[in-house]
Parts: sequence; structure tokens; C-alpha cells
Amino acid sequence: MILTRKDILGLKDIKKTEIEAILNTAELMKYILKQGNKKTPHLQGKSVIILFYENSTRTKLSFELAGKYMGASVANISVSTSSVAKGESLIDTGRTIDVMGADVVVIRHPISGAPHLLARHVKASVINAGDGMNEHPTQSLLDLFTIKEKKGGFEGLKVAIIGDIYHSRVARSNIWSMVKLGCEVSVCGPNTLLPPDLEKTGVNVYNNVEDAIRGADVVMGLRIQKERQRSGLLPSIDEYARYFGINEKNIKLAKKDVLIMHPGPVNRGVEMTSIIVDEDRSAITEQVTNGVAVRMALLYMLTRRSVPDESIV
Amino acid sequence: MKVLFKGGYVANARPDLSGKMDVLIVDDRIAQLAKDINISDCKVINIEGKTLLPGLIDVHCHLRDPGYEYKENIATGTRSAAMGGFTTIACMANTQPVADNRAVIDYIKKKVKAEGVVKVMPIGSITKNLEGKELSLMGEMKEAGIIAVSDDGKTVMDGHLMLKAMEYASNFDLPVICHCEDASIARDGVVNMGYISTITGLRGISRVAEDAIVARDLMLAGETGAHVHIAHVSTAGSVELIKTAKDKGIRVTCETAPHYFSLTEKAVENFDTFAKVNPPLRTEEDVQAIKQALKDGIIDIIATDHAPHHLDEKLVEFDLAAFGISGLETALALGVTELVESGVMDIHGLVDKMSYTPARIFKLPGGIIQEDTPADIVVVDLKKSYEIDADKFVSLGKNTPFNGKKVKGKVEYTMVSGQLVVSRGVLGGNK
Repeated sequence: MILTRKDILGLKDIKKTEIEAILNTAELMKYILKQGNKKTPHLQGKSVIILFYENSTRTKLSFELAGKYMGASVANISVSTSSVAKGESLIDTGRTIDVMGADVVVIRHPISGAPHLLARHVKASVINAGDGMNEHPTQSLLDLFTIKEKKGGFEGLKVAIIGDIYHSRVARSNIWSMVKLGCEVSVCGPNTLLPPDLEKTGVNVYNNVEDAIRGADVVMGLRIQKERQRSGLLPSIDEYARYFGINEKNIKLAKKDVLIMHPGPVNRGVEMTSIIVDEDRSAITEQVTNGVAVRMALLYMLTRRSVPDESIV
Repeated sequence: MKVLFKGGYVANARPDLSGKMDVLIVDDRIAQLAKDINISDCKVINIEGKTLLPGLIDVHCHLRDPGYEYKENIATGTRSAAMGGFTTIACMANTQPVADNRAVIDYIKKKVKAEGVVKVMPIGSITKNLEGKELSLMGEMKEAGIIAVSDDGKTVMDGHLMLKAMEYASNFDLPVICHCEDASIARDGVVNMGYISTITGLRGISRVAEDAIVARDLMLAGETGAHVHIAHVSTAGSVELIKTAKDKGIRVTCETAPHYFSLTEKAVENFDTFAKVNPPLRTEEDVQAIKQALKDGIIDIIATDHAPHHLDEKLVEFDLAAFGISGLETALALGVTELVESGVMDIHGLVDKMSYTPARIFKLPGGIIQEDTPADIVVVDLKKSYEIDADKFVSLGKNTPFNGKKVKGKVEYTMVSGQLVVSRGVLGGNK
């Protein structure tokens, strides 16, 4: 299966069938990953440029390995956030990469919409690896992949997303995709970390964690940035943990076989207690493995765009 | 030099002063206005089927000269104005150096005389260097020809200083034009706060940032008796506050800009930096309130807030892009399309908002087609539909979210003081 779209910029404008095709392909990739010899020729002769304007360990490594396992030439460009405004313009950087023959550019950027700008100006496929507070589609896809593995499907599944929704691109991508796939999505956090009019996206917005978690099949915690305290959004991290943290007590309100997730890295004892992070129902480590599979699937599908005789989704 | 506009419909703000009439220009004045003028020794321009309006007056534009001539300058900005049907424009003070003293005003005046093609009325700043700390030299700038003071682009956040600014401006009979946005509420927002900011992850500016300062400045106006003019009203909340103030008899006038009745925040949903403007585009509810307020007369006038930028300042990440829309060449067409065609007001109402009332508020000549007034005239084809093409703008600022939009209301002729600046829709062409 291939995708006809050139870029993966977000899940807001993606079709349900496309998501399903990506998840199916990722399943195949996970099978390959489990083999002793993790080398396939799928991306031989292709080049993947990883262009990160923000620090990242896991997402960057995940894309890099995904490309390398499939035989692509992978190159990394890191640009410090402080030089975004002063340095070469994003469009110029994109054009430079383009003319060197990049097939896929993976971009992470602190400003919402930056990948969209890049995509309009380059021939290469662009994958958004996180833009500002907007979207992080590959994280959502790996979350979906994990849920599908554990729960078998999405229709009617109750998902609770708890934490700093306002700043979270993971939350936004998951809201778009999960609502599309038929999940019943609840979000919860302090009002200072909830963006306005969120219910218009089709989610339930809760003021307290218990209500959000009650009866959930999946509970996802989001990272609380310590700096939020300084900007007046939280009086203290302890108070956050007390009223909005996921703990042994409130998790009991969820279904018995609840799946516990977190995009990482986790602040243990803040958004989730350590016991929750490490318990059997937690899929936090597995999410990371699945991230490589999903990214392999995307790289593969985007670079096969020009092959005419495969089924198009 | 005599020019006769023949066969057109003369549209004044007052319908009873309008009708199918010929207009004879002798030198720089309108000499005669009558049903059928037949004289031989003059240039005759047949405008059958077209509409002749008093030259439009824009009390809020940015000519970027001195200092940012790469964005716009007096030569290009005044030509852009003429192409848009404007014969008089007032330029804001946020130049480099800031128009906070006589020398800058003299420079602008001198350059307009040398390179300009429409009348330009400078606006001086309220505070020195727009810093919001000390009052500008309003007296000497008034003498040099400013028509108002404004720190437009910035709010004077110090309330005490704003009170003093109003008192001092009143000494010189200068209206104070207020850019209303509480910087501490708006912070580093880039779009309206609401559903669109939520789904794009772009930082929002609450509508209250505008309303709060509108409320403050209206109360200060009530306290000081100064004439306050609220710039670019964009929210339903501001409209309500201004209505209350007017009902109380406070000396307030206000304007909105065409993008606030033509577009909603949805325009930035796909990160279109051309739709990044300050104040930000608001919701449908606000757009409806703005239209209603124009109709009811709560909003007195339409001004362009023409804010030209170089493309390099727009073709960047959203947060880094400059705020502003190049508006001189689309304002009339947006008024015709969004207000007249859609039935909010008739053409007389639009003339009132874009020419007659701006002239009255700022005590400028013009704004009416009648005998023995300056020959500032625009002839418009109200029926012809066309697409806005930013590449064809005369302005150096091609930054418009309206590129490709189908509109009506094409400027055919612009005459300034009896001189044809635009003929048959072309600058200077075919006089």
C-alpha cells in the first residue's frame, strides 16, 4: 500500500483509511524489527534528512534507525532554537536540502505550522516530527498502533488524556486521529493548561481526573514541563501531582485491563506515580519500539509514491 | 484645463445629493454639476454605466517612509492609494525615525510634494519614539501639518501618561487615535484566542485584550473631554463599549478595516501568514457585529490599516512573520463586495464610511461631490467582477490574504486636485 499524499503534516486532515493503511504497514515493519537481522532493502537509494530545530532524543533516534534499518542514507541536521530567527530562512534551508536530492525531510520545529511552510516549498516529502503546539502525527500513530495491538481496535474505546493539553502537540494529534477512528476521548487538566473551545473537536473536557478516568480503556498521561510553574500556569508541581496526577487510587476508576500510556519522557511522581509507570498494564516502553515500526512504515509508504501499480489509499 | 465626466452616476453620502449627472472640472475644482453639460473646449471622459464618487479618504495607513522604504515608500504608497481610489491618506507615525517631531513631518511633506500623487496627511506619535514614556512634540508637529496623534502599532500602556496625552492633544485640537491592545493580556499571541488557536497550536490573543483598552481609553476620553478615535475595531465587545460611550456623549469616533468585515480567524487555519494581522482576525460573531455597527453608525468609518511588508518578512514561520495586510488596493472592492453587494449598506453608505465622514472627523477638505470643492474624484465600475491579483499591486507590499478573491468595484479613474492619476484603471496611463 502507498499514500498519494506527498507529506505527513498532521492527522487533522488525514483520512481514516490512510491511518488504517499506515498501521497495517507498520505491523509488517514490526515483524521485520523482531527478526535478528534488522536490514531490509526497502529504502535503498533513498535519502532521509532529519532536520531538527528542537532538542529530541527518542524521536530523532527513532527516525534515524527507521531509515537505516531499511537501507536509506540518513543525515541529521540540528539547528539550535535560538538561531531560528537569525539564521537562514526555513524555505532556503529546505531548498538546499531539496536540491541535494532528499526524498524525505523529517522536521521538528518549535513554531506551529513550520512543516507546512517547508512542505509547500520543497519537492521532497515532509514528515512532521512535532511542530510547536500543533501536531506530532508520528507519535499519535505509534500510540494508535500500540492501542490496536493491545485492544484490537478503536471503535467505542474510551480514552482519557490527562495533563498539559494546552502545550501538547501529542494531545492534538491524538484527538484528531482517535475521534476519527471512533474512540470516545476525554481530556483533563487544570484550566490553565486547557485550550479554549476544545470540546468542538469532539472530545469531552473534564475538570477533575476521576471523571475523566472513570471507565477508561486507555489512560494517557502527558508531560508537565517544569517551566509552566514559572509562567504562572501552575502554582506548584506538587499541587499538580495531587490534583491532576495519575496514581494508584484514581486508576482504579478505569477498566481493570486499562492500558497506561505516556509519550515520554515521564516526570515520575508528577503526571504519573512510578508505580503506574512500571506496572504491567503500562505500555510506555512498548510505545517506543512501536515508534520505530510506524516511522519505517511512513518512510516506506512516502518513498513509494511514484510506484504506479500498488493499491492506493 | 477642463475635464468633463459624462454620463456617470454621482454617488454622494447623501442620496438626495446623488444622481445621474455630468461633472465638469476646471483646473483643480469641481466647476459644475448638472444633468447635461455640453461644452466643446474640454477633454470628455465618458463614464456611462460607471459611478463617480468623492475621492476616498484613508485615515490609517503605513507608508513606511522614512526608514522602511523597502516595504513601501511615499512614491509607491501614494500610487497604490490612487489605484485604490484614495485621494487623501493619513500615514502613521511608526517610521524610522518615528514621526515624533517636526523634522520628520517636514521630511514627509517634502517627499510627498516631490514624489507623491495623492494628498498625504501625516499623523504624529503620542510618545517619543513610541516608547510610551514621554509625550511627543505635538505642538510643533501640529504646526507642521499633522492631523492627529497615535502610537499605532503599540498601546500606550501607562494609563496616567495616556490621560496626559489626551489632555495635551486637546490643547492643539488633535484627535488621539488609539491602538487598543493590552500588551499584558495579549503577550506573545499571534492569532485570535479561540477554536482556531486551539486547533493550530498558535498562541491566542484574547478579544479582551482589545476590549480592556477600548474601555480604558473611552473612560479617559470621558474624563478629559478629548476627542478619541479608536483604530481598527475588531471585536463585538469593543462595538458594545463604543456604543455605550457614544450614548453617554463621550467624544469618540472609530474605524474598522476591511479585513475585519471580510474575513474570520479561519483564514489562518492553514498557517497563512498573509492573514496574520494585528488585531487578529476574529470570529464570525465579531464579523457580524462589525457589519451591524457599520450599518448602525456605531463604527463611523472604514480605514485600510494598509501595512505593507516585504515578502521575506511573510514567507517565514508563522510566529516570525510580520503582522499586517497590504490594503489600499483592495479596500474599496471589499467594501463594495462585502457590504454593498451583500446588502449591509448601499453605495451612499459606503461613500459615507470611506470619504464623507473621514473628512468630517479629521476636518479634511473633500468627501463630497459638489460645485466649488476640490476636484478629488474616483470613478468606479461597480458591476465588473474581477479577481484580486497581488502581483499587480502597485504597492511594494504584496501581502494580502485576498489574492485570487473575486470582487466587484474596480477603480477606473482617480483624480487628485484636478489631475488624473489613474486613467482606465492604469496608473498615469492614457491621460
